Amino acid sequence: MQIYLPIAEVSVNAFLLFGLGGMVGILSGMFGVGGGFLMTPLLFFIGIPPAVAVATEANQIVASSFSGVLAHFRRRTVDLKMGTVLLVGGLIGAALGVVLFNYLKSLGQVDLLVKLCYVVFLGVIGSLMFIESLNALRKTRKGGASAPKRRQRGWIHAMPFKMRFRTSGLYISVIPPVMVGLFVGILSAIMGVGGGFIMVPAMIYLLGMPTKVVVGTSLFQIIFVTAFTTMLHATTNYTVDVMLAVLLLVGGVVGAQIGTVIGARMPAEQLRVLLAALVLVVCGKLALDLLLQPAELFSLGAPGGH
Amino acid sequence: MLRLIIALCLLCLPVQAAEEQVVLGLSQDRVSITANFDGSDILVFGAVKREAPIPQGPPLEVIVAVAGPSEPVTVRRKEKKFGIWVNTDSLVVDLAPSFYAVATSAPFHEVLTNVEDLRHKVSIERAIRSVGADMSIQGAQDFTAAVIRIREHEGLYSIRENTVAVDEQTLFRTSIKMPSDLTEGNYSARIFLTRGGNVVSSFETAINVRKVGLERFLYNMSREQPIWYGLMSLAIAIAAGWGASTAFRLLREN
Repeated sequence: MQIYLPIAEVSVNAFLLFGLGGMVGILSGMFGVGGGFLMTPLLFFIGIPPAVAVATEANQIVASSFSGVLAHFRRRTVDLKMGTVLLVGGLIGAALGVVLFNYLKSLGQVDLLVKLCYVVFLGVIGSLMFIESLNALRKTRKGGASAPKRRQRGWIHAMPFKMRFRTSGLYISVIPPVMVGLFVGILSAIMGVGGGFIMVPAMIYLLGMPTKVVVGTSLFQIIFVTAFTTMLHATTNYTVDVMLAVLLLVGGVVGAQIGTVIGARMPAEQLRVLLAALVLVVCGKLALDLLLQPAELFSLGAPGGH
Repeated sequence: MLRLIIALCLLCLPVQAAEEQVVLGLSQDRVSITANFDGSDILVFGAVKREAPIPQGPPLEVIVAVAGPSEPVTVRRKEKKFGIWVNTDSLVVDLAPSFYAVATSAPFHEVLTNVEDLRHKVSIERAIRSVGADMSIQGAQDFTAAVIRIREHEGLYSIRENTVAVDEQTLFRTSIKMPSDLTEGNYSARIFLTRGGNVVSSFETAINVRKVGLERFLYNMSREQPIWYGLMSLAIAIAAGWGASTAFRLLREN
């Protein structure tokens, strides 16, 4: 069944969009990532104009994250206080990111920069997570229950403005979470993603939050940052396609529910190995696109735009 | 002197046109883009009206050219720099139609001479205009060629020879396929009657391509009330997320 998208001005198969939404939704529910880092390149691939894909994807992430976070609320695995602190940084970061994005667009190299960002961040984070979670997996296999509970008492604990985060069982300064939020906000605006794939590892390794609350808290924060991004795109670039978003999120929200169930039944370490592998696969694909000679050396675009 | 010749030629044209004229019919003069729009076939048919008997000499040939609205296009070329493929040179093609289809009754070079093509801009190469080509860029014509290649690949540009049926040098018909990825605007349909490669008569009419219904409503809203449009998008997203979550919980509890 072909559907004509009013803003993207292309005609696509509705079932293909349901399918894509569902697949990415499952992953999003399992890992607590918005799924944007997968969906945005997939939308490029099926012929949606990049500007529309990025903006609409932000709207779709709102839906799948909201669906996912409700399940986490019921299991009480959302640290609202930490989420709010991260959000403050995230909103400032997203606004800065949009300014930076428009500046790069005027230079005409935004596509390349977005792709390089993907390759670098996905590559670094994927490798780190993969190694770390494999080590953790090996330790649990050996039966060494003496997991190093001792938290690093480094520079993060020396900072002022300390706050108690009861759900996470942390007593740390608010500066690192705000900085993490800010950084992820900038990246999410440039790369057109929710930023969960950066947020989740940052919360685990940088802030030392327990893996259990990381996913819910990340989803909670992502809802607001992507809602903000959607509004920015809708009002400045007019590139949010509601029709496309609805088709994607019908599959997406259902997938997210299934994903949350699967995620709850799997051990946290295995979940992390899988997420790391997934991140590395996407990274490899994007890197190949940059390294191999493309079939068509020329590309068309509207003047001044993409 | 040259101007005088051109002026004379222009004066001659109506006289020629008066001998053989196009009477045109279109199966539809407007294309409505609805939500389930997946392309459209427009039947172009007509007859040649003439006061005198059919002239002697080469047979009558017919060219039908349908063009979408023209817009400037930026073409970028990738080159290998530091081991990766990046956009380097770019060139703006001043005007390129968003859609262009030509149907002819015989091989193109037989129905139209180069000079006539240059004058009426019928072939795809001529329909694209790139006057301000930057001469500092190597192979500027590669860029226009790329526009044609990419759009032909997407089914937006096409030249289909021998697809116009002509009966008794009087009746003609063809069907122009419009793809599903159509943009809005006023499309033009031009019909040329040629003899021995020279245009003897031409006719132009408009085809209106418009979004209708829900498509129209959403498009207008996104431009005229972007804030409400954005909020509506978010409300739909939240509602869908909540709906799915609740539905699944009920499903699991039962």
